[in-house]
This record gives sequence, structure tokens and C-alpha cells, in this order.
Amino acid sequence: MRIKKILILFIFIFSFSNFNEVLSIEPDVFVQSIVNRASKILSSNLNKENKIKELKNIADETVDIEILGLYTLGSYRKNLSDDQKKIYTVLFREYFLKTFASRLAEYSNPEIEVTSKKKINEKYTIVSSSLAKTEKRPEVKIDWRVYTKNPENLLIRDLIIEGLSLARTQKEEFLSIIQNNDDDINALFETLREFIK
Amino acid sequence: MKKFIIISLITAILAFSANAGTDGENSLSKKKPANIKDCFEGLNRATFSLNQGLDKVIFKPVAKGYRKLPSTVRTGTSNALLNISSLITIPNNVLQGEFKKAGINTGRFVVNTTVGILGIFDVATKMNFPEYVKEDYGQTFGAWGIGAGCYVVLPVLGPSTIRDTFGSFVNVIGGDPYYNASTHGNNEYLSDSLFMKTKVLSGVDFRAKNLESIDNLEKNSMDFYASVRSLYLQDRQQKISNSSPTIEIMYEGDWEEIENE
Repeated sequence: MRIKKILILFIFIFSFSNFNEVLSIEPDVFVQSIVNRASKILSSNLNKENKIKELKNIADETVDIEILGLYTLGSYRKNLSDDQKKIYTVLFREYFLKTFASRLAEYSNPEIEVTSKKKINEKYTIVSSSLAKTEKRPEVKIDWRVYTKNPENLLIRDLIIEGLSLARTQKEEFLSIIQNNDDDINALFETLREFIK
Repeated sequence: MKKFIIISLITAILAFSANAGTDGENSLSKKKPANIKDCFEGLNRATFSLNQGLDKVIFKPVAKGYRKLPSTVRTGTSNALLNISSLITIPNNVLQGEFKKAGINTGRFVVNTTVGILGIFDVATKMNFPEYVKEDYGQTFGAWGIGAGCYVVLPVLGPSTIRDTFGSFVNVIGGDPYYNASTHGNNEYLSDSLFMKTKVLSGVDFRAKNLESIDNLEKNSMDFYASVRSLYLQDRQQKISNSSPTIEIMYEGDWEEIENE
């Protein structure tokens, strides 16, 4: 009897709502939840090493690292062989998690508030937030490019700090390394290996 | 008349420089990021190293010392420097046809210089004046459609482009009322040395505000020079188009390309 009641309740709920909508989460809520998780870690009593470990877990879950890696190669990604792609994906993942966590770990108890969101198209929404001013630095505006094509699995593809895109900066840094080594992509792989040692 | 001829000449040189140095790819558009060439990369990297050395020995330690001042002193200094900068911003608002902004910034300057005691207190913001946005002659040239030319790194002054360098040059040939009053104004309050001190203080104030972020960027960059170049050019692109910070980034075509591959 009880099971029957529960079943009727479920049918009632789903008849009025789309299943995807129940599971999906709004991009601004998604960003705020990431920020809250990161703030909790940064203001905790964990040592720096453990903080970095926890931050890496968050980044791993919420950032579209593979696509970000391909984006940062610019047009060079089109000439990658399957083997090179595999090598690069592994290297970029390690590089990204190392630098991302290291950048964040410098902040203690950051206060980030989500202020608005703007849907660009079906695939992307920009969520705006601001990092509160402290004694040491002024207020910082941070925008998050959220990939929304799959509403059940939102992913961050870029952080735009005061209008400066981290993904674009990374892309231009990588391209500089490749171009200064006679367009040899293996030079980038080698530099990445050295960096993540 | 002489100044008019000089400015016209610079404009012509800039236009030529843009065509010669960039294959015409550096026009700014809201949907396509600018492609500005690093024509003197070897020399630029050498100058960048020199600047890094100077930063390590002089600017960074001074900025750290400046940080130790009480925050009220630093805020007052920042406010006063920002107030002086509006003397360059206002004529550039006019040159870009932003007459309303020019009026607002003039009102802001008058209020802050008088009630705010030489700009130390930002009274205008408390009176709900719109947010102040700096403008310069490089931005105006950009807004007029003049290409950036090549990317350059200037000794001590840091990243720039050919266009922005000429833009800075306009300041000292009559475009900066504060410079004019300091160097040519026959008065007992302003002088060449005060002007120079103000410029140095602006640099120290900027460095102090960005101590951690620059350190962090350097630590996490495999090619720090390329990162700084990218950030400088993105920042200028955004300022010249007078867009909201994310407009340029929002429509970046590369993301769409990845999606379709």
C-alpha cells in the first residue's frame, strides 16, 4: 500500500515536470556551490598539501579539462596524431590540476558572491561573481564560462578575471612555446613534463 | 597649429605602421579577438628580462614597503592618483565622442578635487556618480580604428604597442594638463619633479595592488613573457572596445570550432 502511494506521488511529480529539469541545476547555483566548497576548504585547518589535494578534486569534478586542453592548443590540435593526443591529454590534466590548485591555495577564506548570469546560447552561460575586497587587494570580478549543453552535467570551461580569460592566456602561452621551437609540439610536451615534475 | 600638425603626423605614421606590421589582422571586433604581432620578440624578451631584474631589485621591495603603510593612507593615495588621471581621461572621452561621460568625469574631478581635498577622498562615488573608467590616447587611437601595430616592451614602463607608445607620447606634447601645468605652468605648487614623483607613485601603487597576482602568475607560467603579453593585449582590447569585460570573451570563435570538430 505504502509503495503504491510513493509510486503515485512520483508519477504525479513527473507528470508536471520534465525529468531533465529535476536533475539539472542552474549555472549560477552550480558556480555558487563550487565556490562554497572551495571556500570551505581554503578556510579550513587543513595543511597546504591537503588543501591542494581537495581543491584538485573539485577541479577534476567541475572543470572540462579535456576540452580546455584541446582549446589551449589552438589550431595545432588539428594536426595531432591519436598517440600525441593521448600523451597531451594526460600531461595537460596534470599541469592544469597543479597550477589551478596552486593558484587557489594562495587565497585564505575568499568571499565570492555570484551576482548574475547571462545565457550566450544553448551551450554556454556566463556566470558573474565578485571576490570581495580585502586589505591587500581591491574587489575582483570573476566570470565563469559554464558549458550547459548537458544540463545534468554542467562544466566550467573558462575563468575570466577582470575581463582577462585564463583559457586564452594559457592558449597564447602554449602557442608561444610551440612557435619558438619551430612549430614542434613535442617541445610543449617536454616543457609540460619539466613543469609538472 | 604646431601641435595639430604633430598629432596629424603621428596619426598618419600610426596608420602606416599598423598596415606594415600586421597583415591587417589587428582590427578589433566584438566577435574576433585581435591578432597583434610580436615583431621584435627577441628584443622584447631581452627588455622584459631587464624589467624583471629592475622589478626584483627596486619595484617589488618598494611596493612591499608601501603595502606596510596604513590602508587609509594607501586608499587616499590611490584616490588622489586616480583623480589626477581624469585629466587625461576627460579629453579622451571628448575625442571618442563620449560627451556625457566627459561631463560626468569633469563633475567627478571637480567634486573630488574640492570637497574630496585634492582627490584624497572619493566623495563623488559616495554621491553615486557612475563608476570611473580610465581612458588614454592609445585607447582613443584604437577607438578611431587605428591598428595597434606591433607589440613592444618598453624599458621600465613595460608592455605596450606602437600605437599605445605614441598615445603616451601625446601626453607630453600637450595632451596631459597635469604635465603641462607641472612643466610649463609658472606656479609655485607644481614642478617637473612632482610630476615624476606622481608617475613613480602610480607605478608603486599598481605594483602593490598586484603583488600576489603577479607572483602567482610568474610561479604558474611556463613562459611568463607570453602570459604577460597575452594579458596586456586582452586588457587593451577590452578597454578600446569599451565593452563589458566579458563581451569579447563570450563570442570567442574557437570554442564553437571545438564543438563542431
